[in-house]
Amino acid sequence: MSTKHSKAASAFLSNKSRAQFLNQSIWYVREKRDNVAMQLVEWEELRELSSSIKRHTVTHLDTYLEQFASRAEANGVVVHWAKDANEHNKIVYDILQQHGAKKLVKSKSMLTEECHLNNYLINKGIDVVETDLGERILQLMQVAPSHIVMPAIHLKRQQVGKLFEDKLGSESGNSDPTYLTRVARLHLRNEFMTADAGLTGANFGVAATGDVVVCTNEGNADMSTSLPPLHIVSMGIEKVIPDYRSLAVFTRLLARSATGQPSTTYTSHFRKARSGCEMHIVLVDNGRSDILGNPQHWETLKCLRCGACMNTCPVYRRSGGYSYTYFIPGPIGINLGMLRSPRVYSDNVSACSLCCSCDNVCPAKINLSEQIYFWRQGLDAIHRADPMKKIISSGLKYLYGHPALYYMGLRYAPLINRLPRNILYNRLNAWGKGRELPTFARKSFSEMWKKGIVR
Amino acid sequence: MQIGLFVPCYVDAVFPEVGVATYKLLKYLGVNVDYPMQQTCCGQPMANAGFEQKAVPLAAHFEDIFQGYDYVVAPSASCAAFVKLNYPRLLEGKHICQTSDKMMDVCEFLHDVLKVEKLPGVFPHKVSIHNSCHGVRELHLSSPSELNIPRFSKIRDLLSLVEGVSVVEPERVDECCGFGGMFSIEESEVSVQMGTEKLDSHIATGAEYITGPDSSCLMHLQGIARRQNKPIKFIHVVQILAAGL
Repeated sequence: MSTKHSKAASAFLSNKSRAQFLNQSIWYVREKRDNVAMQLVEWEELRELSSSIKRHTVTHLDTYLEQFASRAEANGVVVHWAKDANEHNKIVYDILQQHGAKKLVKSKSMLTEECHLNNYLINKGIDVVETDLGERILQLMQVAPSHIVMPAIHLKRQQVGKLFEDKLGSESGNSDPTYLTRVARLHLRNEFMTADAGLTGANFGVAATGDVVVCTNEGNADMSTSLPPLHIVSMGIEKVIPDYRSLAVFTRLLARSATGQPSTTYTSHFRKARSGCEMHIVLVDNGRSDILGNPQHWETLKCLRCGACMNTCPVYRRSGGYSYTYFIPGPIGINLGMLRSPRVYSDNVSACSLCCSCDNVCPAKINLSEQIYFWRQGLDAIHRADPMKKIISSGLKYLYGHPALYYMGLRYAPLINRLPRNILYNRLNAWGKGRELPTFARKSFSEMWKKGIVR
Repeated sequence: MQIGLFVPCYVDAVFPEVGVATYKLLKYLGVNVDYPMQQTCCGQPMANAGFEQKAVPLAAHFEDIFQGYDYVVAPSASCAAFVKLNYPRLLEGKHICQTSDKMMDVCEFLHDVLKVEKLPGVFPHKVSIHNSCHGVRELHLSSPSELNIPRFSKIRDLLSLVEGVSVVEPERVDECCGFGGMFSIEESEVSVQMGTEKLDSHIATGAEYITGPDSSCLMHLQGIARRQNKPIKFIHVVQILAAGL
């Protein structure tokens, strides 16, 4: 009985110190989140408001998107509509080509990860440079993010030191964080200055004004947009919100939930292109309309991509982002992967003990754990249910459906206690790999009751 | 007031003393308790594993047995939560569903319905509370650590009525122990890792016992403690509350 996730998790856990490091680092972020959340008396009210605003917006998406697009166009921004990842990538490439752009600097965008934009552009000869420090580290390593907000959280500074030594020519053996940050800054500064275009994601699109709001801690979105003459925004259609009043709710929640900061260092509002420059917004569906029509799972569209559900998830913290087969890990990733393709991403559905902690940290109050429970119910129909779990469940149904058989089972169960260890703790006994089996009572409660012992 | 006592399958088979303590305590408190025969399992194991349809006949059977009582009380937070939260959906259009509203974990029942203020027992030991996920986040036996709401713990309130008991809680006060039904065997390495850390955090409090409202979590932690030869004892909350009866 296993899934790709459980196997990868097992491999991850075999390195105890690395596993402990990740768990501690991420739990620390959960604690920081708790600290700032507890400082706001209105915290739970904010979460409720956020949930309501998102529910309202995604259920009136047509209206708000049209408003957003027309305001943006009135600001001189060129708005594009992409029905899927392919169209999005093509649109971005076409814009770059029209401007003869060779080098693109990017701030962090999960949507472009979703669309596999980087590879698409690189294959067409564009020099794509990630400018979020974590993303840049991973790009130099040629690996994917392991977390949506702290993409390189699984790495230690010594690994970064070694990487910079190899790729950026930093001092050998120097992994001092300040030094490495300076090396990165110098390296990226040059990339910003020589870029032909900048691409950002969008944390929010404000319908009332046409603004795109991008939250970063490094100011790299501002650098990516202030130097090159062309700014492209990749924005999922669910990122639109009504107005500035609603934005105020989300900006109070986002950084607190994500990293435990009162706000991100930079909350940048982009309304129009700089003089003589161009700004384009690509609005991407890529399955979102289908999610909207899914009665059990539409709430995933409320997601702010803060990553709080990952930080609190006891399974994520013990298995790491790479144990999941979808590019977004953790509770929200399990759900988004299943929405992308249940057959392809069903291996992540096992990665949940149904502890429900994610539901409580989510700043948009998405019912994450309940949705995972629902996905499990559908696995059998698509032939992705674990056969052993199915046999056990059928066996239990039969046993518990026949009380006489159940009582007989209870009477003989204590015999199991006396079986030899090598029979009990066989290869199929997954429980026994790390645990002793429970001891069956000589007399069950029901038997004692029948005999009048319980009185 | 007539109470139907539900002793979940694994409590029946592995921890009958928890059922006994529940019965004795309720009797002592003057409650009219009945234990209807033919009860087996609420259906949660298969439902959490992804086969909730296999739980439907069990839910219907549960209804038939328990719907006549004023309250259904069980010494197992997770089972109580399953009946309360999932039965209405499972039985919709198939069977009348009354037990969802009547179902209570025994701690919840003692605290909220009976509003117990005095208990006769003495338990001169240091115990560490294991805040089970479904007890905390579904039944609200204590305030979940994630939420900014006034802090409370019905378990602690109840334990404080027992003379001599000293109550502590581990760090990461309500982080999951990793049991999770069939999660424990499908993701066994993660499950055991979560359980080991939980166990160690309980042991670090210096407590003699780990106590909680859910024997399933305790069963998992106990299995790890026995495998790793870690010297800490396990006891259901209700056994402490019934001390001396």
